[in-house]
Amino acid sequence: MTTSLGIFLAFIVATLAITWWAARKSSGSDGFFAAGRRITAWQNGLAVAGDYMSAASFLGIAGLIAFYGYDGFMYSVGFLVAYLTVLFVVAEPLRNAGKYTMADIVAYRMRPRPVRAMAALSTLSVTTFYMIAQMVGAGALVKLLLQDSGVSYSAAVVGVGILMVVYVVFGGMLATTWVQIVKAVLLMGGSLLLSILVIGHFGFSLSAFFEAVTHVKVQENGADVVKNFLEPGMRYKPPHGPLDLLSLGVALVLGTAGLPHILIRFYTVPDAKTARLSVVWAMGIIGAFYLMTTFFGFGAATIVGKEYILANGGVNMSAPLLAKVLGGEILFAFISAVAFATILAVVAGLTISASTSFAHDFWTNVVHHGVARSPGEEVRVARATAFVVGVVAIIIAILLGPGANVAFLVGLAFAVAASANLPAIVYSLFWKRFNTAGALGSLGVGLVSSIGLILMSPSVQGPSAFFPLDNPGLVSVPLGFLGGWVGTMLSQETTSAEKFEELTVRAHTGLGSEKASTH
Amino acid sequence: MKQPTSLLWERIAKDDRFHELMDRKRRFVVPSVIFFLVYYFSLPILVGYWPSLMKQPILGPLNLAYLFALSQFVMTWAMAWIYVRAANKFDGVARELLKGDEKQ
Repeated sequence: MTTSLGIFLAFIVATLAITWWAARKSSGSDGFFAAGRRITAWQNGLAVAGDYMSAASFLGIAGLIAFYGYDGFMYSVGFLVAYLTVLFVVAEPLRNAGKYTMADIVAYRMRPRPVRAMAALSTLSVTTFYMIAQMVGAGALVKLLLQDSGVSYSAAVVGVGILMVVYVVFGGMLATTWVQIVKAVLLMGGSLLLSILVIGHFGFSLSAFFEAVTHVKVQENGADVVKNFLEPGMRYKPPHGPLDLLSLGVALVLGTAGLPHILIRFYTVPDAKTARLSVVWAMGIIGAFYLMTTFFGFGAATIVGKEYILANGGVNMSAPLLAKVLGGEILFAFISAVAFATILAVVAGLTISASTSFAHDFWTNVVHHGVARSPGEEVRVARATAFVVGVVAIIIAILLGPGANVAFLVGLAFAVAASANLPAIVYSLFWKRFNTAGALGSLGVGLVSSIGLILMSPSVQGPSAFFPLDNPGLVSVPLGFLGGWVGTMLSQETTSAEKFEELTVRAHTGLGSEKASTH
Repeated sequence: MKQPTSLLWERIAKDDRFHELMDRKRRFVVPSVIFFLVYYFSLPILVGYWPSLMKQPILGPLNLAYLFALSQFVMTWAMAWIYVRAANKFDGVARELLKGDEKQ
């Protein structure tokens, strides 16, 4: 067990060295918020992948496939296809016409203060839900993985919290980027190794592997039954299963393009063309990763089995337990350390996203009317915010405890992003008539309806819940779009339409876009 | 620096080549987005509502549901490739429009 602690400590030392290097190298607001806009396409592609593939992806999907077979694999598909929305609709206009945050686009044509305030609220909501899920996950994992080394749940949560604050406060976006790149490489390496070992277990025969996947022995009501894990329906059962599956798809495919911590990554590259190529790099890496979930997810189902996983830590331990069975303690330690690296890189991305939004959207543009009072103030505010975010996340994660049901928090983050942020972004870029009231309508209705429906859903209320679906996207996304439309139609504001041409020219030609720093 | 930029966008907005660029983009992006959304959402719809069809084995032990899911990866990568090719052509037009304007 101490081997995993050793590998994990090595990762921490490496990332702190990166932070120290980044702190010496970057300066100014563009340096802190956007890594000087000098990240290359492949670097940003890896960083997007590292920012995106959370513990929910690695440990969560492996577990879902191990327990529910094909239905778990549906997450893998949605998480990748989502990047087409990012590529076709959002990435380039955002890079061309924005500066640091998602709100730069949404508030461009509007009265900035109310829109920025609402966008900051939405960003902070998405980020908080996502971060608490990651922190609780990290703490619970430590408890399982390092139980012999005396590290408790609270100590792990505090450790993760301190590290993410250190990365962001001292190293800004540059350190965050490189932590995410290192993590992406580690995660891809670990997944590839696991996949090769799984195929090797079946004599490097794909047909033997899939033969086993279609004949998995499981215990049901005390009796042994053989199940085909490639068949859909093990998790999403009638009557509401099919709708829930569809609703999940809506949240994934439309939500990714509204996740603030992913969007701000496109400000770190020199121009829109590099942003585009970085999405393609990310799609290659992310796609390869989710394809490999076939091997380590179904591998855990066939080689390890549900009963053993349940008896040794539960669904989220499927991937590490597979590593243990195939490669012994060393591989178990390595895969566990990869899981920690995964969590750290994601929480660092979330921390800088929350801090940037608070400092740039709320502090500078809402409180101080868009005028920076002194050079460097925005960065100082962002650093202070990162510290506050860290403390709050630590306290909430400790209060919730390791047993908290956090799976719904990640779903909630995607639902808010899809229902509030995406409609506002799409309308801003493509609908001339869209105005301040419309932006407030889509952000407000999307935010309230997705949170409200999740609070009424089975994952919070139990099986007799008022709203029958775990994923609210199918209802809350149309409501977000409707809110934007109704708000727009109720308002007589015309200045937003006059600025539409200006935004369109900027978004599609790159005129006047933010330049990379020269040093 | 803000002043000249705000005048430039007016000139580009009046340029016929800009309107042609926007039309070409629209004719490419709108059908593409509709295509990938329809292709993607047919997966959960078919799997959810026609499970017996999707459970049909097609290729050895591999059933239609799993093969269709795998095809989503191929579709996504192919669409990304098509997008990059199209966008590279749009870049040329945008560069023409900005020519002589970005001197700082």
